Formats: sequence, C-alpha cells, structure tokens
Amino acid sequence: MNILEFALAVGIVSFAAGMLGALTGLGGGVVVVPVLALGFGVDLHYAIGASLVSVIATSSGAAAAYVREGYSNIRVGMFLEIATSTGAILGAFLATRVPTASIAIVFGIVLLYSAYQSLSPQKHDEGEAGPPDPLAQRLKLDATYPTPEGPHSYGVRGVPLGFGLMIGAGTLSGLLGIGSGALKVLAMDRAMHLPFKVSTTTSNFMIGVTAAASAGIYLSRGYVDPGLSMPVMLGVLAGSLVGARILMRAGVRVLRLVFSVVIVVMAVEMIYNGLTGKL
Amino acid sequence: MKNRIWNDRRIEELIGYLLITGVLLSAFIVLTGGVIYLVRHGSETPDYHTFRGEPEYLRNVRGLFSMESLHHGRGLIQLGLVLLVFTPIARVAFAMVGFSMERDWMYASISVVVLAVLVLSFTSA
Repeated sequence: MNILEFALAVGIVSFAAGMLGALTGLGGGVVVVPVLALGFGVDLHYAIGASLVSVIATSSGAAAAYVREGYSNIRVGMFLEIATSTGAILGAFLATRVPTASIAIVFGIVLLYSAYQSLSPQKHDEGEAGPPDPLAQRLKLDATYPTPEGPHSYGVRGVPLGFGLMIGAGTLSGLLGIGSGALKVLAMDRAMHLPFKVSTTTSNFMIGVTAAASAGIYLSRGYVDPGLSMPVMLGVLAGSLVGARILMRAGVRVLRLVFSVVIVVMAVEMIYNGLTGKL
Repeated sequence: MKNRIWNDRRIEELIGYLLITGVLLSAFIVLTGGVIYLVRHGSETPDYHTFRGEPEYLRNVRGLFSMESLHHGRGLIQLGLVLLVFTPIARVAFAMVGFSMERDWMYASISVVVLAVLVLSFTSA
C-alpha cells in the first residue's frame, strides 16, 4: 500500500467515524484510534494525535448545524465547560500520580452498565415538563429545541449532580485522553434530564473545546502527523456534516441504539487498553 | 438577522457561521497541502509503525509560518490543523462577546473563565 492508497483508506474509515461521532455526541476518536492502531498498524501516539484532530473536526463541523438549528443548548454547554475544563486540568495533574490502567478498566465497566441503561427510552426524551427547577431557572438553562411538531420547550434538572459529573468527565479526559463525550452525554441525559437529542448535540458542541485544551500539548510533543491527520480530518469533517443531517431526522429510539452500541465498543476498548497496559 | 437586537437566537446563528467558516477554511488549507503532499509523495510507502515525533517546525506555530514549512505540503496541512484547533477557542471568545452584547453578565463571565482555562492550558504546553 502506498501513501495515496493509505490516505484514501484512512479517509473512508474517517468518514464513517465522523458520521457516528456526530450522531452520538462522542466525537470520532472511538472509531479512529482502534482502526488506525489495530487495522493500519499505526503507532498509538500518532493515532491519539489523529483522534484529537478528528474530535475537533466532528465537533465543529456538526455543531455548526446543531447550533444554528437550535438543538445544542449553548448556555448548558458554556456553563458545563467550566466543569470540564477545570476537570481536565485536575486530570493532567493527577495523570502521573494515579494508576490510569485500573481507572480505564473501572470506567469501561461503568460504560458497559450505562450502555445497557441507555437503551431504554426515558420519560424526558422529548423534553422534561413539570415545575421548573429553581437553580436551572436562575442559570437560564431551560430552553426549546426543534421537533417535527415545532419548537418544544424543556426544563433542566439536577444541575449540581450534572456539574459534578462534568468535573469527572473532564478529569477522565485529562487522565485517559478519550472517553469524555460518553460521560457528557450520560450526565446530561441521566442527571439533567435533557431531551436525548439536546444531550448528544450539546456534548458534540462541548467536546471540541475539551479537545482543544489538550491540543497544544499533543502538537508540541509531535503526536500530530500531517500526512496521517490530513485524510482523518477531511474524512471526519465530511462524515460529521452528513451525520448532523441524519440526526435531525432520526428518531430517538434509533439514536439511543446507535449510542449504546458505540458506548459498548468504547467500553471494550477501555478495558482492553487497561488490561494490556497501553494507557 | 434582520433585527439588530442581540439575543440567544442571533448568538447561535453567528456561532454556527463562525464554526462552519473555521472548519471549511482549515479544510481548504489541509486539502491544498494534502494534494501537494500526495503529488510529491503519494507513491512512497507510509511508515507509522514506530513513533518518532514530528520535526521541530511542525510542532509550534512559529515554525509553521517559516519558509521551510510553507514550501512543504506537510507544513501547509499542519497550518490548517492548527486553524482547526483554534476554531472552538474562537467560538468561546465569540460567545463572550455575544453574551456581553446581550448584557448577560453571568454568561459573559462564564465564557471568560472557560477562555482563561483554555488559554492557560494552551500556553503551558
């Protein structure tokens, strides 16, 4: 295989990664890292660098559509970014002091359980009604999002718990490099009762910022290889734009199923990496 | 965008345009660099099995604007990638401006905190 063929093959895989990443709010890294590392025999450092590029491309590409259409809740996103970015610093500080391999295994098991739980539809899938939460009101988090029947308003719950989980998500992303999108979606879905599409699209909106925070480090360490990242970036971006179109039309049941499957793959990856000591 | 009033709807629209402009511009640079790179090196064999790290000029922003970098497809690609990384950061900066225009000081402050943490993590690298 020469470089041209390699770039085409990586580009096609990245297209699929970007589509899945945009649909699930998880970014393209879940697919990009194992495929590059196991399928193409790329060194894990380069694979992680390319994954970082793919997360930012998915996030920015799909978020452009999600934000403009009113799916992503920018206030929820900005507010929670305080938690994730603080957590990321905490994670980077802890990285040399804690056993990352065992954390990856524990996180993997948590993800397996969450995947099973995420399959079942929730009462709040279409938007939480009922009396507003005072804290969410004070933070102006309640909003509306588009549905086939027109704009649908929803309330936000569990702000302190959601914020706490986001610190955890940020810490994990600082510690393990991947996996923060999963916790973001779960925190917004489970703890804050956002409609499922708002959870995934707001996670998608946020992961670009989380990834950008660690981009400087990866770039300066030489993890980002242009020859490898070029097909990844272009493929993922195209895929994420297609994925964004699909999400807007898709039903919540399908999206939950896709999300759960991807989470299982991520969990297996985490546990595998933890057991083989690759983290 | 007929009304000149700053509200969430307008901030969302502008953030949407900012993000799509950022990614399309960086994609264009990456693509241009990619074509140059593939024309020159497309028939060679890829080698990513062992990690060697990138040469110095591909690791920092100053190096990317050097003549050495701009004459290579790889340098141009890397420049596009750096622009991509700056897109979400610019988004936070814009949100700060937007919320200030809306006189929503709580969210303007939240944006400032997020931006500060981002800048901190970027410059400490």
